[in-house]
Amino acid sequence: MIQVPTMADMMAAGEEPEVLFWVGCAGSYDERAQRVTQAFAKILTHCNIKFAVLGTEENCTGDPAKRAGNEFLFQMQAMMNIEVLNGYNIKKIVTACPHCFNTIKNEYPNLGGHYEVIHHTQLIQELIDAGKLKTENGEPFKGKKITYHDPCYLGRANGVYEAPRKVLEVLDADLVEMKRCKQNGLCCGAGGAQMFKEPEKGKKDVNIERIDDVLESKAEVVAVGCPFCMTMMKDGVKHFEKEQEIEVLDIAEITARNNNLI
Amino acid sequence: MHSFFKLIIYISSIINSNTMLAQIIFILAFTLAIVAFTISIRKIIRNINLGKDINRTDHQAERWKNMLKVALGQSKMTARPVAGIMHILVYVGFIIINIEVLEIIIDGVFGTHRVFSFLGGFYNFLIASFEILALLVLLGVFVFLARRLVLQLKRFSGVEMTAWPKSDAIYILVIEVLLMSAFLTMNAADYKLQQAGASHYTLAGSFPVSQFILPLLPTDINTLIFIERFCWWFHILGILAFLNYLPFSKHFHIILAFPNTWYAKLAPKGEFNNMETVSHEVKAMLNPSYTPPAIEANNKFGAKDVQDLNWVQLMNAYTCTECGRCTSSCPANITGKLLSPRKIMMDTRDRMEEIGRNIDKHGKDYHDGKSLLDDYISREEIWACTTCNACVEACPVNIDPLSIILDLRRYAVMEESNVTGSLNAMFSNIENNGAPWKYSPADRFNWANK
Repeated sequence: MIQVPTMADMMAAGEEPEVLFWVGCAGSYDERAQRVTQAFAKILTHCNIKFAVLGTEENCTGDPAKRAGNEFLFQMQAMMNIEVLNGYNIKKIVTACPHCFNTIKNEYPNLGGHYEVIHHTQLIQELIDAGKLKTENGEPFKGKKITYHDPCYLGRANGVYEAPRKVLEVLDADLVEMKRCKQNGLCCGAGGAQMFKEPEKGKKDVNIERIDDVLESKAEVVAVGCPFCMTMMKDGVKHFEKEQEIEVLDIAEITARNNNLI
Repeated sequence: MHSFFKLIIYISSIINSNTMLAQIIFILAFTLAIVAFTISIRKIIRNINLGKDINRTDHQAERWKNMLKVALGQSKMTARPVAGIMHILVYVGFIIINIEVLEIIIDGVFGTHRVFSFLGGFYNFLIASFEILALLVLLGVFVFLARRLVLQLKRFSGVEMTAWPKSDAIYILVIEVLLMSAFLTMNAADYKLQQAGASHYTLAGSFPVSQFILPLLPTDINTLIFIERFCWWFHILGILAFLNYLPFSKHFHIILAFPNTWYAKLAPKGEFNNMETVSHEVKAMLNPSYTPPAIEANNKFGAKDVQDLNWVQLMNAYTCTECGRCTSSCPANITGKLLSPRKIMMDTRDRMEEIGRNIDKHGKDYHDGKSLLDDYISREEIWACTTCNACVEACPVNIDPLSIILDLRRYAVMEESNVTGSLNAMFSNIENNGAPWKYSPADRFNWANK
């Protein structure tokens, strides 16, 4: 168990956090994604970052509604969230979900929500650069083949390709790229509200196609930076019954493990 | 056939012996071509203006930069090196050989011959460069033909690649072969005439490529003059005809690529526009004292037909050259779903053309009872999209198929509530629990206690 301060606590104590950790729905409820949330909270605590979460005051950003075409619901969610965030005078937000990241960063300003928004891989990279996290002695991953799967909403959508890769570079592992990566990265299949519906008819599921790339790369660890990608890659690995050989881990979990935090 | 050639030779002998007549025919053909082209362009502009207004004139410096980089500089083409490099050869050849066309037009109007030859050494350099470029264009075009006809790359097929799009591509390539061959043969005949000391054919130009055609040509001066004149006319009339083919062809991208990249979205690819009409309604719901401004009575949420899209989306459709880079990188298409971003663009264009024809025939208030959604693009297609932006990234001229898919979804959801049950469940979960899954908001912070 970790001590995670909420904004309400901070406000009551008359304090302001350096950064708000926007957990997101997957990070809050999904069991697998919760472990990522915990790992990232441990990293923040370990580095003495003064952070807070909204706790039960957090609400879906509206991303899946917007991508599915329900602009009303999206804007309802957005305006309610902006009211909460502005009420707490939030300046900077970090999130482990590229969908929340994209929505708050790009779609909230025009509705009155102006914040500096960064993805957790970017903050981890900053912490490594600042010497607050280990940059060597990558024992847990030494010599392991690791590949990174670009989340669409972090990569193509917002041009963040380097931060997650830099975080992996300190591991002393064998980093390999899949044939489709960065700008050409293949989607995991969950974006655009696909996470919440059955796929349309086709030859196969998108995550199965993506795992083919993983298998081809011979990676033992698939690093992800998105809770939806996590689910899709995990299911894909399971489909091929490769759970023993291939581990799907979020960048935050990899970093936390490398620093003996989990 | 024999008498047909006799006729051509007879006509050409009259034209050749009478420069005044040649000038008049040239000016008529040229004027006719420009008038016909203008009429076609005006129709396309009218069709594009069927779309809604959108302001895309902000950040002009960045827009010019994008246009120079992406359209003129072809920066996205080389993401696929073979096609990219060949395309640059054909493109550079096309642009630069047009300087030669300028000379041909002046010669045609004033009855001169090689009017720029006074440039001397520089003229030789120009002609030599055109010849080398023409050869490279031929090389590129033959590679393209081989990719379509021999290798039959998967990218050039698909449900939307019906007979017309496929033949359109081949016509363009064949026309380019003919035009370049005529240009080189014309130069060869001219060079041979220069060497023979024929009158009017003063020594001018340098012919590094066409000199190799020389031995294939006859030695008779009159036949050479006929060949030279025939190629000259074929080349310029061919170009004027090709110009008028453009508005009916995917090849129109050579013009629209420029405005299309200039007006393209500058925001991050992940940023989807916030609908202003919705903002007013949501503000009014959250704050009863807020009075939304009056909106047009026929305003719809999202798009059912092309008139509901904005004009940049419609220009996108006319810019598409059906290369299929979008479709070949689309995760839905790759895994066998019905969605093909190229089809989205082609359907949008075809529907626009259909409405245009209806306006021509029946006037502007005519409705044919059809729409882009359902009559062209099916629900299954729009719901297969993962909004991953691979199509947008892949497009060499910054077309945005995703924005059209989203607008069609918006119509299905907000105007029709026509959406699968699981998405409806997701909507009501967000509305009621503040999360897309059915969890209690009270449990949101439980992760910290585990």
